[in-house]
Amino acid sequence: MEFTTKISIDDLNLFYGDFHALKSIQLHIPQNNVTALIGPSGCGKSTLLRTINRMNDLIENVRTEGRILIDGQNILDPSMDVVTLRQKVGMVFQRPNVFDQSILDNLLFGMRIHRQMRSRSQTMDLVHKSLEDVGLWDVLKDKLRKNARTLSLEQQQRLCIARVILLTPAIILFDEPCSALDPIATMRIEELLKVLREQYTLVIVTHNMQQAARASDYTGFLYLGELIEFGPTAHIFTNPRQKMTDNYISGNFG
Amino acid sequence: MNRKWTETVIEAAIRLSGFLLIAFVFLIFLFLLKDSLSLFRVYPFFDFIAGTKWLPISEPPSFGIVPLVMGSFMVTAGAIAICVPIGVAAALYIAEIAPGFLKTILKSLIEVLASIPSVVLGFIGIVWLGPFVKNLFHLRTGMCGLTGVFLLAFMALPTIITISEDALASVPRMYKEAAYGLGATKWQALWRIVLPAASSGIMAAIMLGIGRVIGETMVVMMVTGNAPVIPTSLLQPLRTLTATIAGEMGEAVSGSDHYYALFAVGLVLFIITFILNFTAERFLRRTRR
Repeated sequence: MEFTTKISIDDLNLFYGDFHALKSIQLHIPQNNVTALIGPSGCGKSTLLRTINRMNDLIENVRTEGRILIDGQNILDPSMDVVTLRQKVGMVFQRPNVFDQSILDNLLFGMRIHRQMRSRSQTMDLVHKSLEDVGLWDVLKDKLRKNARTLSLEQQQRLCIARVILLTPAIILFDEPCSALDPIATMRIEELLKVLREQYTLVIVTHNMQQAARASDYTGFLYLGELIEFGPTAHIFTNPRQKMTDNYISGNFG
Repeated sequence: MNRKWTETVIEAAIRLSGFLLIAFVFLIFLFLLKDSLSLFRVYPFFDFIAGTKWLPISEPPSFGIVPLVMGSFMVTAGAIAICVPIGVAAALYIAEIAPGFLKTILKSLIEVLASIPSVVLGFIGIVWLGPFVKNLFHLRTGMCGLTGVFLLAFMALPTIITISEDALASVPRMYKEAAYGLGATKWQALWRIVLPAASSGIMAAIMLGIGRVIGETMVVMMVTGNAPVIPTSLLQPLRTLTATIAGEMGEAVSGSDHYYALFAVGLVLFIITFILNFTAERFLRRTRR
């Protein structure tokens, strides 16, 4: 596999109390590509994703061992500043989680908390660009004061992506970003992923195998906390090396 | 057929209970209004509502409720100024910061706080808090507005904490996740996202707290000194609407002007608390939406 590694996961183990949720994960995630993590429910794919921006810190009784290197820095190191980390590694969640505030306030939240507010015109340029990137500018340019929760779910999810983009992250994590959306909206978000990978490293967790096949460049298959197989998506779906992967993608279990 | 008949009876019974509730509120209002009007036939309404002297047993009597409204207002404002910041902060602590076991302990302690009879608090006010306030400010008497303010603030705390805590706890988890995901610190997530999202519930809590304070009788009667004069400072003795009714009802001759004047005071109180509860309900409904 020829690629530049952006995230390098090295012998990662994670425990919820006594439960061993991730077992010795070794994984190199390529830069400027879409990497999909698939596997049956409870296999640890979301947990793995949430380790990359330390969202698991919010849960009690979680213990992590091993290393995750992003640009050579071990982000699991206790001295790592999670605020800086999460600015660099953005996250889009399962359900669109826009705040009960105006569209503009949603977009500016990140810049406000990181004290990055610039002059009004500069700020508006950034807002413009981020909405342009997610394909919302034309629809929303005159409605920036409207409450974000009045938008359709797809628009809300796009807004969530724009909110992350505004912080100029290097990596964006997607935790089943389309599970609340209808098929057409799902397709559009998948197209957006293909555009975004030009600028960002994307990691997407999905239980939808077609989605992984359609939208990703690389795929990792997890089962019971172990990374069973990782490789180019075309490979995984046409010619998997492991019997278990084959069984899963052909729908024999999971 | 039998089953249908049972359904009808149950439905009728439930409906009756609902209507009874409305009827009771309405009847209380009518009852207060009827006796209040008996006063206004002999005593001008304007002199009642804008009069500055409450001298019910002098000759001729004067039934101006401004001193009483002012008394109630000052005590309430003082109590709210103290208990809102403390109550909301405590609710934030319980809902967002305290670890699980402490949360359970604190919540049940607040229940205990709410169940202390007001006479007991009044007693504490007389024997301990009153003298303390007296010495602190070198007053002639500790039975003054401030002593009442402290005790009332204490009494409204459970209401404010419980309802604010409910409002904070019902802020969807996904808002917090979104904030943390964007790199917010705990404090930023609380201040910028959780608090605003819970704001209408917290407003309702404050309204109900005010209602609780305005309606409280025993404590204010015991510790505020009961001087029906327009208070200029909380360090003076003053008297509230509630304490007036409770204190004078026993000595007012049934059917006298004084007697009806007390009903008119009750009507004023009823209208104030009705408006407060109504506003609180509006806020709560906005939270649920």
